[in-house]
Order: sequence, then structure tokens, then C-alpha cells
Amino acid sequence: MNENENKSKNENKNKYLNMNELHEHLIIPRLRNIQEEHGYVSMKSMRELAESLSLPLMKIREVATFYTFFNTDTNTDTNKKAVGKLHIQMCTNIACWLAGAHQLLHSLENKLSIKSGETTTDNLFTISEVECLAACGTAPAMQVNETYVENLTEEKIMKLIDLWREEMKTNGVATLDGCCISTTTGGTSS
Amino acid sequence: MIKMSVIEPILTKYIGKKDYLSIKKVLNEMNPADVIQDVKKSNLRGRGGAGFPTGIKWSVMPVIPKEESKEKSNKEITPITLRYLVCNADEGEPGTFKDRFIIGKMPHLLIEGMLIAAYAIGARVGYIYIRGEFASEYRILKNAIEEAYQENYLGENVFSKFLNTNKNFSFDLHLYRGAGAYICGEETALLNSLEGKRGEPRIKPPYPAKFGAFGKSTCINNVETLATVPAIINIGAEKYAKYGTAKSGGTRLFSLSGHIQNPGVYEFPLSIKLKDLINHCGGVKDGKKLKAVIPGGGSAPILTAEEIDTLDLGVDYDSLAAAGTMAGSGGIILLDETTCIVEAASVLLKFYEHESCGQCSQCREGSHWLARLFHRIEKGEAEMKELDLIEHICSNMSMQTICAFADAVVGPARSSIKKFRSEFEEHIRIKCCPFKKQKEVSHVL
Ligand SMILES: Cc1cc2nc3c(=O)[nH]c(=O)nc-3n(C[C@H](O)[C@H](O)[C@H](O)COP(=O)(O)O)c2cc1C
Ligand code: FES
Repeated sequence: MNENENKSKNENKNKYLNMNELHEHLIIPRLRNIQEEHGYVSMKSMRELAESLSLPLMKIREVATFYTFFNTDTNTDTNKKAVGKLHIQMCTNIACWLAGAHQLLHSLENKLSIKSGETTTDNLFTISEVECLAACGTAPAMQVNETYVENLTEEKIMKLIDLWREEMKTNGVATLDGCCISTTTGGTSS
Repeated sequence: MIKMSVIEPILTKYIGKKDYLSIKKVLNEMNPADVIQDVKKSNLRGRGGAGFPTGIKWSVMPVIPKEESKEKSNKEITPITLRYLVCNADEGEPGTFKDRFIIGKMPHLLIEGMLIAAYAIGARVGYIYIRGEFASEYRILKNAIEEAYQENYLGENVFSKFLNTNKNFSFDLHLYRGAGAYICGEETALLNSLEGKRGEPRIKPPYPAKFGAFGKSTCINNVETLATVPAIINIGAEKYAKYGTAKSGGTRLFSLSGHIQNPGVYEFPLSIKLKDLINHCGGVKDGKKLKAVIPGGGSAPILTAEEIDTLDLGVDYDSLAAAGTMAGSGGIILLDETTCIVEAASVLLKFYEHESCGQCSQCREGSHWLARLFHRIEKGEAEMKELDLIEHICSNMSMQTICAFADAVVGPARSSIKKFRSEFEEHIRIKCCPFKKQKEVSHVL
């Protein structure tokens, strides 16, 4: 994706905002672009963003460190580094927990030999726990990068991991949309 | 799929449709005051959580000064007349997934609802604040908005081809993606986030109607609330109201999850009883016995199966409030007899601990300590006096903070102990979780 496309992607055309309002309003969309492109938000990119929006660096930093979507290297938690190619985010909130998400998380950790919050040494997978994904009707659910995978079973997860690993080794990318992944949006898929 | 029973579908009949009949009717036949009057008559209440009557929310938007509004189109907007309509699509309440459903299946209904609302309150510009995780819903909505612009349903002088009056109305709609923070569902935190700030709730007053997005007068409504408006115009306010109770009009989308036989999103009239609603969704999963229900998303105080039976509880806002809980977001989570209530509450409290924005000390510290204490009890490491400590913490949190988040934390904490105290005491007495112990025993046998 080229720079221009990237910039216009999440941006708004509200012509009633003054310059300062507009620049602040653009912080989160721009940070999202940086996060999506690099897998994390470095101090360097925050400095560049501050400059391009003519805002103090502090404004950018206080926003970047507030939202869980951004991995900043000013954060002290385990996600210091960029996440792996596939970021597996397992919901462990109430409905998914009732449907056995904790056991699934455990098997997933065993399968990849890492703990939640860590990245595999080959940089392919990161596991983390997330909060309710609004997929409770199709629990247990997880989000892999941007894609929802719902109605999880242990078997399904194991198969998908093998498949994705294979694909990433041969093609460099994993196909996230496909027959095995629910593409329905909300509701049950009866 | 949506399973409708009891009555004809009101909202869900728009699945997959691009209708826009109601907005045409509104623009041709009604003035803004008529629309507000209709919404008042429909007894529509906010579907986001607080259940505030929508018609009243719209009518408290400050009046646009006469000279400014005089027969002009709203194209000639001035700083005084600029106001915003914001749609809250940050759905994150545990156990709630109906907004995601609406956006995925009926994006045009939401756009139409926003057009009608904007016309009623005189907003020239609108925002949809969509939860950061919703990637495919974002794309669906983005496409729908582009389509609407192409067909002149959004933008300058909308629907000009269809209007037989010389009225003109303009409305621009922007999408804005969140970045992972439950608290941004709280309306003033959402506004801060929209402006590009940390998602911290604001002290109220001033309310958003006076001082909202970018300091302008703003009306914030939930996705479902807005999507319901075209349906009300379509079937008529009185008829819509009749599906509900005296003070909670119409139908509502319920998200059914947990130990329910057929989970999913359902549309039910608000006059239905909770017991019947559960039966319509197939009852408790695998024929097990019901233990408890969380009736309005994770923040709603828990109800026991006996309460639901003996009180013959309805699902409307007032019945649930009278029973000491709340209708909240309409997320109904069933817990069957095999569920450990201590662990269930502990799972919820861990979530709240993570999501407190940290502004108010009562909430920041309280949610942390509650999560720790519940975890200790579940593990069998706690002492009996800690139950009183929990109550002490709860009373220091409730109604003491800038926003209602702290009360959302107190909801599951306080109610679970109040209603299942013996289960908590057993954990402490036998120094472990009786449910896990049972499983281990049956495993050995
Ligand atoms: C902690 C907290 C989280 C909330 N989350 C949401 C949410 O995700 N979606 C929503 O529509 N309302 C949410 N609300 C309620 C909003 O503050 C607000 O009342 C609602 O968007 C108003 O719309 P309505 O009148 O149409 O219901 C939340 C409130 C609180 C206190
Ligand atoms: S609890 Fe997991 S998606 Fe809602």
C-alpha cells in the first residue's frame, strides 16, 4: 500500500473542523496505520507523526499508550516487540469462558510452546487474550489479525495452526478467509 | 440466523434490504418536530445501556436560534447551528453482539436511521464510532456509506429527486474507528476519543447536548436505537409502542449466549417474559438445569433461576430495574447448574480491571482489588472476612465516580455474593473450588 492510499484510508473530510481540531482528530487513524504497517508504534514514528501534525509529542504519546490496539515501546508490558505475522487473540470473557475458552487457550499455548503474551521464535505467531469480541453467540471465538474465527473447537484450532504455518513457510502469507473460517457477521450461523 | 417468533419482525425484516422509504416519507411529509413527537410516542428507549427515552434525548437539543434556521436549508451552516449526531458502535459489553449483527446485515437501515435522527435534531454532520476490532463490519459500513453517497442518499440535498416539496436537507456521514478500549463505549469517553484524545469520560454536566463533539452540541445514540427509527416511522409510533410495555415501547434485539440451546440474536417484543424468551431460544443447553441469568450484559447484576420463576420477570427496562438488575444492552447470558458463580464473577472482574480508564482512584484501585479478591476466593486462598472487605470496596465505588463504569464493576461483584453467598463461603471453607474438585473426583472414578 502506498503512502497516499494509506493516509486517506481512515481519514475524514469534515470540513467544519479547524486546523487544530482536524490534526488531533487524525491522531488515532494515523496511529492505526502505523500499527497495521509495522506491528508496533515506535518512538521514532510517534515523533514523525507529531511533526507532520504539528502537535506536541506528548499528545501523541498519551494517546498511543491509552489504547490497547497500539504496541508502543514506551509500554512496560510483555508486548514490547512487534507481534508475529499472525496475532491470535483469544477471547476469554464470560460467554467464551463458559464454552471452554480457557482450555482452548491452554492447548494453543502448548501447541505453539509459548505463553499468552509471547511470540514464537520464528516470529510467526503471537498469542494474547482479548476481551469480549461481540461474538458470544458463536463462542468460543478468536480474532486472528483482523479476521474472526468463531465456533472454535480444539480440533479446529490445531488444524488451522498447522495449515497457517505451512502456508506461511511456503507462500509467506496465510489465507485467513476461507471455508474453515466463519465469515458471518454476528448472530449464529444455523 | 435470526429466529423470530411471537410476532412479525419489525426491525429484522430489513435484513439485506436497502429500503429508505421511511426517510422519504419523513422528508416529504413531516417536519422535525413531528418526527420527535413520533419517537416520543413510540416509547423507544436507548438500546445502548442506560435506557434513556430517545424522543426526550432528541428534544433537549438546544433550539436553533430563529434567524439562523429561518427557512434556510441546513447547507448554510454557521458555527452556531453546527451540531453533531454520533452513533455509538463501540459495542463491547460482555455478552452483547446485536450491534455487530445490525451493521453486518442491515447497514443501510442504520444509515437511514441516522438520516432521520439528523433531520429531527438539525444535525448537518454525523459520525459512526465503530469499535476497532470490527474489521469486516467496518468494510461493510464503508461500502454502504459510499453507495449511499453515490445515490444521493447522503451528502448535499439528499433525495432531491424524490422530494415533492422544495425542502432540502444535507447530511454528511463519517466513519471513525476505535483502537481497543471498552470505556470508549461510554458516551463522553467516546467523544474524547473521536476528538483524538485519551478515551477518558468527561465530568457531566455539561452534557453532550450542550457541549459534545468538538465542543458542539451533540446527540449520541446506540446503533440499535438509530436503526429502530425507520421501523417506527414505517409501522407507526402507536403500533410500535404496543409491542412493548407502558414505558418500554416496541421490540428489541436480544443477544443470547452462554448455556442456551440456540445462541444468537433474536428480536422479541419488550412485553415478553424472560422465562418465555429463554424457552423460545431452546431453553437451557442440553436440558440442564438453569442456575442464574445475567440479563443485560456483563454489568447487569445477576439473577437466580428462582427469582426469574417466582417473580415472573419481564425483560423491559422497568421490570428488570425493579428486580434490582438492569436491561442494559440486552445481552442475556445463561449459566447452568454446573457453573461456578465465583469463577464467573471472577472472569468478569478481570475484564473490568483491565478496562478501567484509571481516572478516578475508587474505580482504578477498586476494580483491581475486586479482581484480586475474587481470584483469591476462587483459588481457595481467601479468608471469610474478605467477603466483608468486598462489600466495603463496592460501597466506596458505587456512585462515586465520573462515569457509570464503577457501577458496572460493582454489578456482578455485589450481586453474586448477595445471591450465592453460600457458594463463596464454601470456597473459603474447603480452600478450593468445589466445582473443580467435583470434576477431579469424577475424573478419577
Ligand atoms: C462503561 C460504559 C460502557 C458503555 N458502552 C456502550 C457501548 O458499547 N455501546 C453503546 O451503545 N452504549 C454504551 N454505553 C452507554 C452510553 O454511554 C450511552 O448511554 C449510549 O450510547 C446512549 O445511546 P442510547 O440512548 O441510544 O442508548 C456505555 C456506558 C458505560 C458507562
Ligand atoms: S465473550 Fe467471547 S466474544 Fe463475547
